[in-house]
Amino acid sequence: MSKFALNTALPRYLRVEQERIEGIAKGLGLDFFPVVFEMLKYDQMNEVAAYGGFPSRYPHWRFGMEYEQLAKSYEYGLSKIYEMVINNNPSYAYLLEGNSLTEQKLVMCHVLGHVDFFKNNFCFRATDLDAHYPILDPLKRPARYDPDRRWIDKMANHGSRIARHMERHGVNKVEAFVDQCLSLENLIDPWAPFSGKARVEEVDEGPNEDEEVPRMRAKEYMEEFINPREYVEAQKKKQADEKKAERKHPARPERDVLRFLLENAPLERWERDVLEVIRDEAYYFVPQRQTKIMNEGWASYWHSRLMTEKVADATEIIDYADANAGVMATAPGRFNPYKIGVELYRHIEQRWNKGRFGKEWEDCDDIDEKKNWDMKLGLGMKKIFEVRSLYNDVTFIDEFLTPEFCIEQNLYTFGFSGRNDRYEIESRQFKDVKDKLLFQLTNFGDPYIRVVDANYANRGELLLTHEHTGADLRQDYAKETLQAVVRVWKRPAGLTTKLDQKPVMLRYDGSEHTIVPYRA
Amino acid sequence: MKIDQDHGRFRQIVRGKVRQNLRKYISTGELVGRKGKDVVSIPIPQIDIPRFRFGDKQTGGVAQGNGDPGDPLGGGEEGDGQGQAGKDAGDHVLEVDITLDELADILGEELELPNIEDRGKNKISNAHDRYSGIRRVGPESLRHFKRTYREALRRMISTGSYKPDRPIVVPVPDDKRYRSWKTIHEPIANAVIIYMMDVSGSMGDEQKEIVRIESFWIDAWLSKQYKGLESRFIIHDAVAREVDRETFFHTRESGGTMISSAYKLCAQMIASDYPPGEWNIYPFHFSDGDNWSMDDTLACVELMKKEILPFANMFAYGQVESPYGSGQFIKDLREQFKADERVTTSEIRDKDAIVGSIKDFLGKGK
Repeated sequence: MSKFALNTALPRYLRVEQERIEGIAKGLGLDFFPVVFEMLKYDQMNEVAAYGGFPSRYPHWRFGMEYEQLAKSYEYGLSKIYEMVINNNPSYAYLLEGNSLTEQKLVMCHVLGHVDFFKNNFCFRATDLDAHYPILDPLKRPARYDPDRRWIDKMANHGSRIARHMERHGVNKVEAFVDQCLSLENLIDPWAPFSGKARVEEVDEGPNEDEEVPRMRAKEYMEEFINPREYVEAQKKKQADEKKAERKHPARPERDVLRFLLENAPLERWERDVLEVIRDEAYYFVPQRQTKIMNEGWASYWHSRLMTEKVADATEIIDYADANAGVMATAPGRFNPYKIGVELYRHIEQRWNKGRFGKEWEDCDDIDEKKNWDMKLGLGMKKIFEVRSLYNDVTFIDEFLTPEFCIEQNLYTFGFSGRNDRYEIESRQFKDVKDKLLFQLTNFGDPYIRVVDANYANRGELLLTHEHTGADLRQDYAKETLQAVVRVWKRPAGLTTKLDQKPVMLRYDGSEHTIVPYRA
Repeated sequence: MKIDQDHGRFRQIVRGKVRQNLRKYISTGELVGRKGKDVVSIPIPQIDIPRFRFGDKQTGGVAQGNGDPGDPLGGGEEGDGQGQAGKDAGDHVLEVDITLDELADILGEELELPNIEDRGKNKISNAHDRYSGIRRVGPESLRHFKRTYREALRRMISTGSYKPDRPIVVPVPDDKRYRSWKTIHEPIANAVIIYMMDVSGSMGDEQKEIVRIESFWIDAWLSKQYKGLESRFIIHDAVAREVDRETFFHTRESGGTMISSAYKLCAQMIASDYPPGEWNIYPFHFSDGDNWSMDDTLACVELMKKEILPFANMFAYGQVESPYGSGQFIKDLREQFKADERVTTSEIRDKDAIVGSIKDFLGKGK
């Protein structure tokens, strides 16, 4: 960050605004980490955005690709990045030089919403560097909650670690390995920081001798003849052998494939280090992926309230509305998390203000009565603050998406119609909309992949399994990803899944791909 | 900026991809229509990190707006509507801009084209000035402030008149320093391509498309080799006339074919506009090989020998196969110029043959 320190400090008139806005926001109940605003030129902004917000990340071509796209779309006037904010304590936020004062104010309000969310939403506890894992009760926090989230420093360390490996082992070699690790980046367990599961594999070496051996039924005096001692011994041995063979590694399917590879793959030291970096960073971004709708919705809710109630003056309101409308715009086939998020918070606020929840409300069938339902509870504000702490996108949609909201917001599902060769609206039914949304949000719309066996077929092969939930994997990608697994595991690897309803195993042995029918 | 390094790596990868797919790009003519002023926008599929993810069939999503079930999603391109909640858009083809220069490089690498040896014409040169040093005299407008200040400071410190608590530095005329420049003469190689094409009835759209694609790549390669490349266009059936690029590729005439008419015009052009001592001259002729009569073919040969070949770097004839043409002309040319290095002929059966024919034409390094 220091390289920006000289020329990116906020000008005085914006520092004054920042102080004023922070005061107002605190007054309305927002609770955020200290925020450091910096002012960037558009190319610096594109650079920082390309690096996912961290200017000193490890070198990799995909950041360059990201940059090219951002830069081009800025040059063509298609889009610009207004703001960026980093989950760090203190949080860093970047303003774009050349934006109007109204826009800068809007961005500041929006950023404070985000930082409040970073500090208070339970998912983000997983990014506390000083927490004792697992965090079994994310709500239990010290009275003065001031966690260590110096991720900017951490990412800079990652950057220099990988740069060092590149110096020593060659750019191409390290970059190729980074590519492979990135292929596996999403094979982690998003709930690991909160799950009480023991980190170490439990070793059950308990007594397992005294089990009944199957015997033929015989009268007592015939026992010796029908089940001779040798037979019983043989059966016992067979049982023990079977058990031994069954004792798999891992003992139960493991979702954190990256951790499994770190602990078990025959990696060189630098490779292990690279994989560790990729895994750490993947975990850092999990909470943001888990709460995209909630986070953007919350920030939008607050920028809109702050701007229209306190911050903007009368001359700015049109400009504000214009900028806000751009953020909230919807287009056919596009899901705008800002729009849905903010509307859902408002919907919740209104429901809890008017008492539109609970058994009585649910049981009421009278449309007219429902329409005029107002118990004047005034609990809305309290409720949405609670929601922002305790939910993530999946539970947010699952619990608060209502049929009324779907109609109000004109929600529909769409899909590709093979017959007409185009995307079409499929349904406006509440259930369909909710199902589709939840499907896409669950595990970030990624398939569930687990390690089941590190010694498959007793050949030291790695077996992964895809829990088939109705959608097939994309073949070409799956093959290439499997190659990446093999290059890390350094032995053949397989993945069981379903293809057109049939259970199959995709296998890659280091040179050739095969697909064979599979029976567990 | 730090990103430059990563951006450079990305461009390198893109280059590799373009090179891999170059033959495909050439034979489909995909890039011809994507040419901007100096750049070509190239669609590259899948520069992407592969991951385990769901197949396309099951994509789709939730959005908001008007319309009934069964209605198409309005606006936007097809395949544009795959944005998924909480996730970036699914598939997209990456469009990268590559300068024509770079593209020519890639073409050269992939087809192993030799660089062209300039015929040693350094007569035309371009003079420009470049600041290259510092001197003690010069116009005030070129005074080098920093150097002047430094000199003055040095003088004042050494004479002891500099006071750190009152750091005022006053330069005297001796302290003044000025930028100086050198005039650099850069030889420029000039080249002209004279495209000739038969537009008689037997040349169909497909044949012309082939010529169009081929000329795109020839242009790209030769502009890489020469600064200041000119193109001239001649179309002919029984008579020839000069046209602009647009007309060249889109005219369709009926009627017979007299190739000599085009060669005659070409010879005139060379004689009047392009003194061979200063220009590298490249006549390219495309036809389906049907000429009106043997007499005319002989006239062509005569023209080439006397008025074109002595002045040109090479003469290229590309014969595009058409269902109507007899294809006789290439045989005649080959017979006449068997041993002549300056004449290059190439048969282009279909679009897939374009790559080979580019190599035929440009592979000699002339």
